[in-house]
Amino acid sequence: MFPTPIQKQSRGAQIAYQSLLPVALIMWLLPLLAVGLFSVRPLADFTNGNYWGVPSSFEFATNYGKVFFESDMPRYLWNSVLITVPTVIGAVALSCMTGFALGIYRFKGNLLIFFLFIAGNFVPFQILMVPVRDLTVSAGLYDTKLGLVLFHIAFQTGFCTLFMRNFIRALPFELIEAARVEGVAEWRIFWYVVLPLMRPAIAALSVLIFTFIWNDYFWAIVLTQGPDSQPVTAGITSFNSQFVAQYHLMSAGSIVAALPPVAMFFLMQKHFIAGLTLGAVK
Amino acid sequence: MSTAHQSWAKRNRMTLTPLLFLLPGILFFAAYVIIPIFQSFNISLYEWDGLGEATYVGTRNYEELLTDRNFEISLWNNVKWLVLYLLAIPAGLFIALFLNQTVFGIRLYKSLFFFPFVISQVVVGLVFSWFYLPREGLLNAVLTTLGMDTINVLGDPTLATYGIIAAGLWPQTAYCMILYLTGLNAVDPEQVEAGRLDGAKGLKMLWYVILPQLRPATFIAFVVTIIGALRSFDLISIMTNGGPFGSTRVLSFYMFEKALSEYGFRMGYGSAIAVVLFFIMLFFIAYFLWSMYREERQSRH
Repeated sequence: MFPTPIQKQSRGAQIAYQSLLPVALIMWLLPLLAVGLFSVRPLADFTNGNYWGVPSSFEFATNYGKVFFESDMPRYLWNSVLITVPTVIGAVALSCMTGFALGIYRFKGNLLIFFLFIAGNFVPFQILMVPVRDLTVSAGLYDTKLGLVLFHIAFQTGFCTLFMRNFIRALPFELIEAARVEGVAEWRIFWYVVLPLMRPAIAALSVLIFTFIWNDYFWAIVLTQGPDSQPVTAGITSFNSQFVAQYHLMSAGSIVAALPPVAMFFLMQKHFIAGLTLGAVK
Repeated sequence: MSTAHQSWAKRNRMTLTPLLFLLPGILFFAAYVIIPIFQSFNISLYEWDGLGEATYVGTRNYEELLTDRNFEISLWNNVKWLVLYLLAIPAGLFIALFLNQTVFGIRLYKSLFFFPFVISQVVVGLVFSWFYLPREGLLNAVLTTLGMDTINVLGDPTLATYGIIAAGLWPQTAYCMILYLTGLNAVDPEQVEAGRLDGAKGLKMLWYVILPQLRPATFIAFVVTIIGALRSFDLISIMTNGGPFGSTRVLSFYMFEKALSEYGFRMGYGSAIAVVLFFIMLFFIAYFLWSMYREERQSRH
């Protein structure tokens, strides 16, 4: 193990390390802790210039209550759910299929198609912006959740295909050959042999795509406007103009907006990290 | 008839099955990603407001770029982003080495160090712009306590871009950290022991024994960091909206501004900027794909 385990070092080094850990963490999360502190302060603290002292009162319920009951925030959050969940389902479903095709079969152009998916997944969004917006407008889907979902599914298929194909490649190929010898139809091999083995990949990918899409901002402002279909990342700017300079409410609002992916991460940590670090080890 | 049909399908099933499985994914991807790239190339040769007739202007949009001062600033800022963003890789490695211990509660520490990456860039941008606030911000509160002058990071054209990059480095470092933690987990303990017996210690051990084994992690960290740097848009849009005096624009932001902001809908000019950005990215994409291709060649079964 590298670096040398702290247990093998002197008592002093161990104590130093143990006390350094929380200090480092606090420094690392300092900007966030500041926002957390802001979000429970009363308005009076800001007018009195008491930014960093002890809050004069603890207004957690008032501030967060305002976010939920006196703004469009719940609508934006719900929009985000309605955009994110169908995208996850769509992108994972499509890429299970493309990953299966590219991972199992040998045919001309296999690697070319695979690389096309990877390359497309890296392109800057801006090169797609004008045509995609145009396509969405002419399909009558501008400012609808469906318009965003369709684009997200298509774009995420690139990354998901890379992920799924590499995962399927690592499965024991003998299983598929054995099924073929038995005369099992190809689509049945997909459904009954490969798909059950892909469960960890599906879980990892779902968590990742959920986070990516929830956090998307660029496409939200390109393809939607207004509280009917905007997700929370775009909605937070309108929220902030509603409560301009009221830092306690803006802080509470952004914490609420950031929370779902954070919760997802802490609940599904194993899958999340497995997904992100795929390929980081041989 | 139907049996003949079936047997044809059955005979060709090894070609048909992958084709059918690929079809929906490819159609979606082509319609929303592949074809739009070429459409953008085409639009960049037109003057178009997005609604009326488009007029063909040849390479005039590109000629205009050459003399556009704002384009030059954006391009230069992109270079700053690319170079400084790479700091996330050594920083991530450093934190990973710091956290790669087995003491009580270390898993929670790792998660908490990582979680800035999970927060949306919009919120990261807000958090940092409040952190930098001249009067209410924590940064100046700390500077004052240390007896230093206060600074208005985002209001100063010479500092603003660096302030935004620092905000971007926060989640990016967390990402690199998690890649390296995973990599360190898989480091071969026998090689480490062998290195120890040969007297390698500290930095020497890191450089000659550990880092070579971390190469896959470094490669991925490099890929995601480059992509992240060139994709930077959210933070700029949230923190400064390109200002002060356009000093924080990058190509991705300038393109959006030209094509879709209140200053007029110049789709053609915007697309020309996007094409330039695309070619910068293509240079890296080609390198990534080439590396992956070599790997693919080695691991053929």
